[in-house]
Parts: sequence; structure tokens; C-alpha cells
Amino acid sequence: MSTNQTESWGSRVGLILAMAGNAVGLGNFLRFPVQAVNNGGGAFIIPYLVCFLLMGIPLLWIEWSMGRFGGRSNNHSTPFILDSMSKKAFWKYFGVFGIFTNIAVASYYCYIESWTMSYVWHSLIGTFDGMTQVQVADFFSKYVDIDKSLTGIPYEAVVFYVLCLLLNTYILSRGLAGVEKAAKIGIPMLLIFGGFLAFRGLTLGTSGASAEVPGASAWDGLNFLWTPQYSSLSDPKVWLAAAGQIFFTLSVGMGTIHCYAAYVKSKDDVALNAVSAGFTNEFVEVVLGSSIVIPIAAGYLGLDWVKENAGFGMAFQTMPFLFEKWGPILSVVAGVMWFGLLFFAGITSSLAMGTPWMGFMRDEFGWGRLKGAWSFGGIVLMLGLPTVIFFEHGVFDEYDYWAGTVSLVVFALAESILFAWIFGIDKGWKELLSGSDLQVPMVYKFIIKYITPLMLLLVFLGALFTPVGNDWTGAFQSLFSGGGWSLDNASIFKTIANSGLHEQLAAATDPTEVARLKDRLFYTNFARILLCITFFGLALLVYVASVRRMRTSTPSTGLRNSNP
Amino acid sequence: MNSSALILMVVTQLAVTVVTVYFFYRVLNTPSRPEPDSYTDNDPN
Repeated sequence: MSTNQTESWGSRVGLILAMAGNAVGLGNFLRFPVQAVNNGGGAFIIPYLVCFLLMGIPLLWIEWSMGRFGGRSNNHSTPFILDSMSKKAFWKYFGVFGIFTNIAVASYYCYIESWTMSYVWHSLIGTFDGMTQVQVADFFSKYVDIDKSLTGIPYEAVVFYVLCLLLNTYILSRGLAGVEKAAKIGIPMLLIFGGFLAFRGLTLGTSGASAEVPGASAWDGLNFLWTPQYSSLSDPKVWLAAAGQIFFTLSVGMGTIHCYAAYVKSKDDVALNAVSAGFTNEFVEVVLGSSIVIPIAAGYLGLDWVKENAGFGMAFQTMPFLFEKWGPILSVVAGVMWFGLLFFAGITSSLAMGTPWMGFMRDEFGWGRLKGAWSFGGIVLMLGLPTVIFFEHGVFDEYDYWAGTVSLVVFALAESILFAWIFGIDKGWKELLSGSDLQVPMVYKFIIKYITPLMLLLVFLGALFTPVGNDWTGAFQSLFSGGGWSLDNASIFKTIANSGLHEQLAAATDPTEVARLKDRLFYTNFARILLCITFFGLALLVYVASVRRMRTSTPSTGLRNSNP
Repeated sequence: MNSSALILMVVTQLAVTVVTVYFFYRVLNTPSRPEPDSYTDNDPN
């Protein structure tokens, strides 16, 4: 294990931009507006902001504080950061989540990132010129079907995936300086591109109406997004959706913030840095994210179309078609800007996912930047290729569910308990305020101790016991009237049992459909096995590292926890 | 746009923008701390 002083951030602005880049992702532009329109329009912003203040900001402070605390003992990944905060060996193994999640998420996230790279290229060469809406949507379906080549490049999706991974690996091999430089370029570019497209979205008005959709108006999209429906505030589903959105948009519960913060100098501020990065993410999401996809789509295709089709696919299956309406030059500019901003949002996040593995291998096994970066690239390639090759068989979705959703909630819930109850809120509070450039309101001591863990527990229980149709009001009425609680197939329990797939299989009669569902079931379990192998492989590495630490620790210093 | 949607949009976006700019202003205008000048300053606790 390395005991030498490791690298640190070159500048405070670079650190904040890197942290903001870690948080800002495709979800800021695609997930947030869809969540808003599906959960009460403008009223969604109220629970959203409440959750940001009561769960998002406290979690940022917890993770920044934990990271800087661990960094003082030269720990730059969650297994030994968590270990430094508790005497129980359990926590270092629990900290495996902080490396596992990053590797697993990077493996499929880089695939989405590669789509944006590819779409920048296709926008530049005019692939979408003259295409109808159906053709643009069809282009995406063919793109992810790797057997088909759209531009003569064989296995185009795989080629772009590997290129994207190579770029990530190269930047990571430059160390923190490379990550910082990428953030200093990526975030300003993202803001410029986003600002341009948001301006177009906010000023489009009724100019996009056509003979096919004469009533199309961007104002309708903005009305739909922002008109408050106050009745939705009493619906638990809306609050869970708001909490979930805050959770995922800030990239908390992953271990990346801990890792980045571990490179902050021991006396430097974390409180102001954390809220600055958090609010930068909110700016991108609330100001830019809400002003692009929904108003532009409503401006050309009408509100009814948006209501029926609002979703992640709009980015790739609809936007290129809409940009074509802006004329030959502006359509290229808009395409490059839109997919460029998604690419910058993606790469600043995927770079963050490489640093926990690199930090762990350097701390424990003395691996240099090059070895750390290329080994990360290799593991992500091995784990990620199945998501590319078997994309349509559900491997991608399975990774996203277990690594990109459930693991985050479990880890964040546990770390909030560790910080406030095991490490102790008094020590934790002192750690947060140490070197602080911000006067943190005392009420946050109470919030961090009670409210944040409680909210995370509710989010976790909400995912565990999701009622049929996500109808919480109906489920509680049924429970109290003795009708029991029926779980939805999207609940964690039913997902583990593959209930939805089994139900579809039981109902299917067409042999082709039966074969497709059996295939899907096979690949679902295949994906889970790959994820389990990754997790337990990392846990084994942590065990080996513990044994190494035990052998080399000097009992008199007590700096290392030597319990394997 | 209807007035309630417009008000909510402008107020929310303005508030988020102002707070973000304020925190960045604080970051850019807070003097950096001097480097620790002794081994003791670098100690974890």
C-alpha cells in the first residue's frame, strides 16, 4: 500500500467543476423534465426543492466530509474511507459498493456516451438530412442492433463504444489533472450549448406549427411543465419521484464524491464547495434541462405527442428530426450542440467513475496512473460489451437497475447512518465545519442526523414495496381496509423473482414471443451473475488489501484499522 | 403561457440562478488558505 502523499486538485474552481461534471449527466436534460411532466407539472418543483434541501445538500456534505476525512489517512476509495470511520470490519466490505457501482455504471453509461459521440458525427455528416420522424427513430433502433451497419462501418455501435472508452481511459491516465482539464473544458461548453438550445426552446413560441400539427406551440410545453397542480402534493408517488430525482441527479451514493473529496487538502473547505457543485447541477437541470426537450418537442409536434412520448428516447429518436426544421446550417449546429452537450455531460460523469478504482489500486497495491486507468478501461470493456452486444436482450437495463439504481440507494442510506450515528453526528459536524468558508445553519445538524436517513429509508422502502401501478394512496386504503398490499412487478422483491417476465411468459402463446421472453430471462440472469462476480471480485481485493495492511501496519501508530 | 406557470418558472429559475451565482462568487472571492507549514498541521487529528 502507498503511504506517500498523493496528487491533489490544481485549483478550487477545477475541483468544483469536476464535482459538478460528475453530477451533471444526461438525466439533467432527459430525466428531470419527464419526471416533472409525469408528477404534477410545476407542483413537482416544490417536493423536488424540498428534497434537494433536506436530502441532497446533506448527502453532499456527508460525502464531501467523509472523503476529506478518509483522504487525511491516504484513503481514496470508499472501502477504507468507511473503514477509517468505524472499527467494524463490515464497513470496509460495504464500501465495495463505492467501487463496484462506478465500474458497473461506467460499463453501460459509456455506451450511452458513445451514442452521443456517434450522433455528433452523424449530425456533422448530415445523416439525418431529409429523414422523416419515423426514419430518425428507426435509425436509433438499427444503431443499437449491432448486426446492422448504417454507414458502412461494421459493428458501428461497438466501434464507437470502444473509441469512447479509449478516450475516457486516456484522460484518466493523465490523473486528476486530466480530469480537471476535461471538466474545465466540458462544463463551460455544456453551458454554452445548453444556453443556446434553451434560448431556442424559450423563444420558439408558435413558429414551429405546421400543416400536420397546426396547433403546435412551445408555450404549451412550458405550460404543461410549469403549471402547478397542487393536488399532486398529497400524493406519496410524487414525493418519492422527487426524492429519486434529487438522488440520481446529484450522483450521490456512488462513491465518486468521496473519492474526489479525498484529494482535497486537509484544511480546505468542503461545505461551500459542496453546495456550489450541487447548485451548479441544479442550474443545469432546472434552468437548462427544463427549457430544451419539452418546449422544442411541443413546439413542433404538439403537446399531445409530448404527453404520449415523453421519455429518454426523445433525445436520440426525436431531436435530430426537429433540428432538421431549423434549416441546413442551423440543424447541423443544433445537432452538434445537443449531442455535444450530452457528450460533455456524460464524459465528465464517466471520468469520475474511474477514479475510485484507480485510487483504491494506488493506495493498496501501489499501481500508477497508467496501470490504474488501463485496468479500469479493460474491466469496463469486459463488463460493458455484453450491454452493447445484448442491448436488446435487457442486459443494459439490468445493469442500470441494480448498479445504477438500487446500489445507490442502499449505499447512501448506509453511509448516512454511518456518518450520523456510528461515526457520530458531533464528530461529523465538526468535520464538516473544519476549514469551512460557509456558515452552515445549525438546523442541518438535526437534518443530517434524523431527516436525511429517514428520507433515504423511505426511498428505499418505496422501491422495495412499490405497490401495483405505483398507486400509494390506493395501496394504503387497501391495506387499512384489510385488502392487503399488492406489490408491483417493478418493486425490488418482484424484480428479483423476475415476476414480470414470468407473467409475460405464462401469458404468451406465440412461439416467437415465448422464445424472445426466454432469451430475455436468460440474459437477465446472465447480467446479474456478471454483476455478482464483479462485486465479489472487488470484495476479495479488499480482503487482500486488508491482510496487506495488517501485515505492514505498526500497532503503535494506530493509524490503520488492522481488522481484516 | 398562463400566468401561474410563468410566475413559477421565472421565480424558480431566477432563484436557482441567483443562488448558484452567489456561491460561485463566494468561491472565487474567498482568499485561499496558506499551506500548512508544519508536520503537525498535516496530521490527521
